[in-house]
Amino acid sequence: MTRDDIRDEILDILGDIAPDEDLSDLKDDQSFREQMELDSMDFLDIVMELRKRYRVQIPEDDYVELASMNSTVNYLEPLMKDTVKA
Amino acid sequence: MTSQASPTDRIVITGIGLTSPNGNNLADYRDALLNGRSGVRDYEIRYVGKTLAGVCDFDELKYQKRKEVRRGTRAGSVSIYCANEAITDSGVDWANVNRQRVGVYLGVTEHGNVETENEINEIKAYDYDTSVWSHHHNPRTVANNPAGEVTLNLGITGPHYTIGAACAAGNAGMIQGAQMLRLGECDLAVCGGVSESIHTFGIFAGFASQGALASNADPTKASRPFDKNRNGIVVSEGGAIYILERYQDAAARGARIYGEIAGYAMNSDASDFVLPNPDEQSRCMRMALERAGMNAGDIGILSTHATATPSGDIQECEAVRRVFGQSTTTAINNTKSFIGHAMGAAGSLELAGNLLSFVDGVVHPTINVDDLDPECELPGLVLNESLEGRDVKAILNNSFGMLGINSALIVTKV
Repeated sequence: MTRDDIRDEILDILGDIAPDEDLSDLKDDQSFREQMELDSMDFLDIVMELRKRYRVQIPEDDYVELASMNSTVNYLEPLMKDTVKA
Repeated sequence: MTSQASPTDRIVITGIGLTSPNGNNLADYRDALLNGRSGVRDYEIRYVGKTLAGVCDFDELKYQKRKEVRRGTRAGSVSIYCANEAITDSGVDWANVNRQRVGVYLGVTEHGNVETENEINEIKAYDYDTSVWSHHHNPRTVANNPAGEVTLNLGITGPHYTIGAACAAGNAGMIQGAQMLRLGECDLAVCGGVSESIHTFGIFAGFASQGALASNADPTKASRPFDKNRNGIVVSEGGAIYILERYQDAAARGARIYGEIAGYAMNSDASDFVLPNPDEQSRCMRMALERAGMNAGDIGILSTHATATPSGDIQECEAVRRVFGQSTTTAINNTKSFIGHAMGAAGSLELAGNLLSFVDGVVHPTINVDDLDPECELPGLVLNESLEGRDVKAILNNSFGMLGINSALIVTKV
């Protein structure tokens, strides 16, 4: 998957777990939490969805990498480079 | 009716919020019951397939964000809707209510089955890999979930819990609320019963295996207590939540009072997992009457529990006959014939269906009785057509459940 593919996938997951939020003007360099209401259970939803959709396993120590869109894509890019978009 | 209770022990109903398969507020629900509108429809659920159910269509988003609906449970959404409606209906100045002094006590028949079934179905697609089991499972399935969701939604910091009481749960929730007010544990009780049962296939499959699941080509005719051709239970979802206050508090704020909790009783059959016991059911009704300082003849409406199972209806009628057989002033009806069996919500919804009789003098009927089972014959049965012009001063609401749990709640006109 390309960086754009990964970004689209994260946006799709965010749309499911934060259905009241408008994600159209999400700033990729800003943390998710500064821009929307997300708590620790929501971040676990991101981890869970990636596991379900692409079998990506994210160790708990790496959860901090999911802070913003940029950091998330940076973190996932090497893990998902050989993954085929669903 | 003069209350037997001391002034501080007098507990009254000042607000009602409900969702039923045939109405999402008391006025619409009452209108449906007086005009013969059933809420039962065709329904389909995984593994079981096509069946019938009482389905509610209240607007979940009236009091919750989409994210809250997603994170919580159906029982939580039913509870939040009903609790908000009840508080509004009570006219209490909610913005200035001390939320530490509000208690939430909700009866449930079961809780957690829906979420557990959903998760097992989900992990099945991953070859039962439990690493995809949701982290939301535990907060959704703890037994206090529906009441807890109400406190989160309304910022209530007083006590909250659910009361597991099978199908006597609606009455049990109200009794708990009255008791906590009398104990001084709270100043406002948000209480009643709720059910999400139609979202678990297990309850349908369980009743089917027991030979107790209703079927009928016309869904609106499927729930037919007391009829010779009854063939079982129609499972329904719903909720009815009441605001209870001490009479003196309600009177001081000039609140509209729907009725007073005049007496109640709960007991156990100790005889069978599923079969009812008329000895203990009749004892339960007599205890409630005694505590209210009333005789059978003082009860204007007896709201039966009857679920349309062949044996359950006969047993309850036997119990009722022993207590009310000589009463010429008691009208006897059944709300399940309209809405099916709303499980944890049954008792509180059935009481709500009758409360306005204090005002309009009408007793709603038991519908779908085309051929009365002689073993269910009782003096005072109101069949198919409403009974008008009655001076109803007291209602006795029966609710019974599996494992032999019995409840009788008496509400009087104030």
